[in-house]
Amino acid sequence: MISIGAALGQATRPALSPTDIFAPVSTPAESIFDLSLLVLAVAGFIFIIVSGLLTYSILKFRKRSNDDGREPAQVYGSSQVELAWTITPVIIVLVLFLATARVIFSVQGAPHPKNALQVTVVGHQFWWEYRYPGLQVVTANELHVPVGEPTFLDLLSADTDHSFWVPRLAGKTDLIPNHPNKMWIEPRQTGVFLGQCAQYCGTQHAKMLLRVYVESRPDFDRWVRQQAVAAQADDPPSEGRRLFEHTACINCHTVQGTAANGRFGPDLTHLMSRETLGSGIAQNTPENLRRWIRRPDDLKPGSLMPPMGLTDQQLDAVTTYLTSLR
Amino acid sequence: MSTTDSVAWPGTRIGARPLAERLHGWVTTVDHKRLGILYVFYGFTFLLIGGVEAAVMRIQLIRPHNDFVSPQIFNQMFTMHGTTMIFFVVMPIVFGFANYLIPLMIGARDMAFPRVNAFSFWLTAFSGMFLYYSFVGGYGLYGLGTAPDVGWFAYAPLTAKTFSPGHSTDFWTLALLVSGFGSIGTAVNIIATVLSMRCPGMTLGKMPLLVWLNLVMAALVILAIGPLTAAQLMLLVDRYLGGHFFDTQAGGSAVMWMHFFWVFGHPEVYVLVLPAFGVASEVIPVFSRKAIFGYPIMVAATIAIGFISVSVWAHHMFTVGMSAGGNLFFVLSTMAIAVPTGIKIFNWLATMWGGKIHFKAPMLFCVAFLFQFLIAGLTGVMLGSAPFDWHLGNSYFVIAHFHYVIVGAILFAVFAGIYYWFPKVTGKMYGERLAKLHFWLFFIGFHLTFDFMHVPGLLGMPRRIYTYEPGRGWDAWNFVVTVGVFFQAAGILAFAVNLIRSSLRGRPAGSDPWDAWTLEWSTASPPPEYNYASIPVVKSRRPLWDLKHPEDPDWKYE
Amino acid sequence: MFGLIAAESAVFVIFVVAYLFYVGKSASGPTPAVLHAPIFFSVCLLSSSWTIHRAVTALKRAEVGSFVRWWLATIVLGGLFLAGTGLEWRHLIVDEGLTIRTNLFGTTYYSLVGLHAFHVTVGLIALATVSLFALFGHVKPEHAARVDVVSLYWHFVDVVWVVVFSVVYVVGR
Repeated sequence: MISIGAALGQATRPALSPTDIFAPVSTPAESIFDLSLLVLAVAGFIFIIVSGLLTYSILKFRKRSNDDGREPAQVYGSSQVELAWTITPVIIVLVLFLATARVIFSVQGAPHPKNALQVTVVGHQFWWEYRYPGLQVVTANELHVPVGEPTFLDLLSADTDHSFWVPRLAGKTDLIPNHPNKMWIEPRQTGVFLGQCAQYCGTQHAKMLLRVYVESRPDFDRWVRQQAVAAQADDPPSEGRRLFEHTACINCHTVQGTAANGRFGPDLTHLMSRETLGSGIAQNTPENLRRWIRRPDDLKPGSLMPPMGLTDQQLDAVTTYLTSLR
Repeated sequence: MSTTDSVAWPGTRIGARPLAERLHGWVTTVDHKRLGILYVFYGFTFLLIGGVEAAVMRIQLIRPHNDFVSPQIFNQMFTMHGTTMIFFVVMPIVFGFANYLIPLMIGARDMAFPRVNAFSFWLTAFSGMFLYYSFVGGYGLYGLGTAPDVGWFAYAPLTAKTFSPGHSTDFWTLALLVSGFGSIGTAVNIIATVLSMRCPGMTLGKMPLLVWLNLVMAALVILAIGPLTAAQLMLLVDRYLGGHFFDTQAGGSAVMWMHFFWVFGHPEVYVLVLPAFGVASEVIPVFSRKAIFGYPIMVAATIAIGFISVSVWAHHMFTVGMSAGGNLFFVLSTMAIAVPTGIKIFNWLATMWGGKIHFKAPMLFCVAFLFQFLIAGLTGVMLGSAPFDWHLGNSYFVIAHFHYVIVGAILFAVFAGIYYWFPKVTGKMYGERLAKLHFWLFFIGFHLTFDFMHVPGLLGMPRRIYTYEPGRGWDAWNFVVTVGVFFQAAGILAFAVNLIRSSLRGRPAGSDPWDAWTLEWSTASPPPEYNYASIPVVKSRRPLWDLKHPEDPDWKYE
Repeated sequence: MFGLIAAESAVFVIFVVAYLFYVGKSASGPTPAVLHAPIFFSVCLLSSSWTIHRAVTALKRAEVGSFVRWWLATIVLGGLFLAGTGLEWRHLIVDEGLTIRTNLFGTTYYSLVGLHAFHVTVGLIALATVSLFALFGHVKPEHAARVDVVSLYWHFVDVVWVVVFSVVYVVGR
């Protein structure tokens, strides 16, 4: 059963959806998939037997219209029968327990190679912060990892509870303030994998989406190099940059290489390298960016970024500046 | 319902007493039967309200990016729906059944502490009103007030003053704190009554199974409500006295809230389900015309479930980052509880086996209960396998699972119980055809909604989201799930119409319309205020069977 | 009453667990080292279990006068205990700067000891009510069983103090 499942898993199953838990492409997700086949098979088997007996009994033992009105034989119990249907479930429980234990230890106790990629994930209301400690990279909402290698995630939270769930890559693990957690993924296929926050964290929990970009090593290295560079300093600063640095923007946002070093909101140094805005809810186009800056609640009502009350001209200037942050 | 003016003395008024006097009688009653009816009415009223909250959510989720309600309102809906259904629907109904039936079934005249009984009811009633006042408090009705929006398990630190600055959390905390006291009062009452007021001859081994199940339920209430009360007091200290129990910025632990809450929360769901087992254990034998199979094992399994249920709580926390050993322990205890639970299903099945099954409304609901509880138990085992739970936990699969238990098992059993004891409580028969219509409408709606709800969970849809992205494969399933709601609503309408019509114009039922075997069927319908003119003496588990079958009484075989 | 005691015990267990979990975890502020075990006042409270037992026994033997004296002694001892708690808290707040919001230790200490003190207070009110009835001559030997139930609650409060004392002043330090 397990090897069939493994074989099925290895040949990538067609995914019924981008977040199908039965289409794993990463080692921990595959371990869970194999276990799930066993559990489903056992549950299915029990269901067929018991519901079969139930169906049989309501058909065979129903009162017929030609009933003679006498009571049927009263059977008060049977020790043998009771023993039989106690022992069998105990055995089934034991089997499931042992199979489960194997997977728990293989996932939670996975070896941690010294040079494996390490990413710190910080959950915020309602966006994801990613820091690559060894690589001097800080970004938000779109996680890039290399294919074919394990990536280890340290999960922290800046405010309330969150949960990191990208079904095709791994089971979910929570991000809890003052309670660091760890998880790992090992994707064996490139592509973009979707997920979202899976622990209610407030008003916009529903739109705290996840996007994981699994790339070939060369592509990943290129991305890292690009991310590690500070923003181009333009001299004299553009109108948009002046506005950005003289209004409340810098209280929340960081742009490496400038005066902006706020930590409450996402790092914007390489904003234009991201495909989406607002943690995955809108395509990253200048129009959407302008809409977002004008009034974030239009796209994500209840997000923690306030409308900045800028005039149209100011909005244009700031948008132009931000679209220069590649 | 119970007092009469049938004796006319000269100079007195004949006929019904004035409305004010009758209402006063209900408000000041300490009679267990009236309190039972009050509890059940209260629960069903809130069932309708909770149902509206569910309908609002389902309409919002019928398609992606819907804008039927704002996220703020949706978050209040799921919080209030969960809190209402558990604390102000199922618990009152369960307590109502217990209050009404236990004294009658053990041959007593009332519960041990009638005034505490009334006090507990009014505490619960008040706390429900208080919780719902939250909709108009704060920002007022159009902003839907400051109703709780932190989820029914109110995880820290979302409930800290920093993240929930208004009073929504406080309404939740205080309402449940007060209703918790009511629950403990009722639980103490049940235990005292069952232990000390059984009629002569009724040893613990001869009580009806419903009484056993309510006894174990009451013990669980006593053990489980304390942790919730403690956690809520701690939350209040944090929010109002500047305490740091769950203040993660000061080193407090959010995980500790989860432990305390689920130490309460898991036994709580057994509190909800054991009385449903009790109803099934009374209805299935009568409508199969056979004694319950394996009474002693059923009692043992019940006690086992009670014990094990206090050791499984952290299966709600498999994703929280416990150690492998910790996770493993809770996998074992969770799967272990499936064994006595499965035994119960087999025993009910064996009761039906070889019997003569009468498919009246109570039995229809019980048969559906058996199928549905089987499925619910199996999805529970799936969730108990921790790695599988790392996907399924906090997703729509879990929501489908627990609604399968609470609606598919518990509510169906409650309907069975209502129809079964309706003739006893009102003295009139309900309408059988309308009851069957209720059954089929609700059955279809239940399966449309909750069968298909498992699929979005398997496709990655988390819970508590007010909207979702198109293109994740969830759209069609959510649509079907919402359609089921309307069938369920129609079923409930049929139910309400049936009960109202029948209590006004149903045909007289007599004391024993089902040819049943437990003591409550030996007294009039409705029972007089004193229940029994003389306290019965019993020799077996089915005293009325002994009376009806003097040539072959039960006590020869027990 | 046993049911009520079981339920209350569950509440206390949770507060004890929280206290023990947070021992040593306060980031700053006063630590349990600032506590001085209230031996005298604990002795008062524990002796009150003995006095209430004497009171109930007296009532069972129809010695109503003796009952009233022992009952009142219980109240005095309980009141002394509360006064002692008050003094201890005053010292902690004013001299050591420890309040419920200072740090984790402050929060858990005041909550646990305070919850117990609250139960003592409720107990004293119950005892006082019975005294009132007694002083007006309404408590008779046939009420011994009911008075015994009240004393059960008082014994519970004392047992809880044994636990709290051990956890806070012995284990926690």
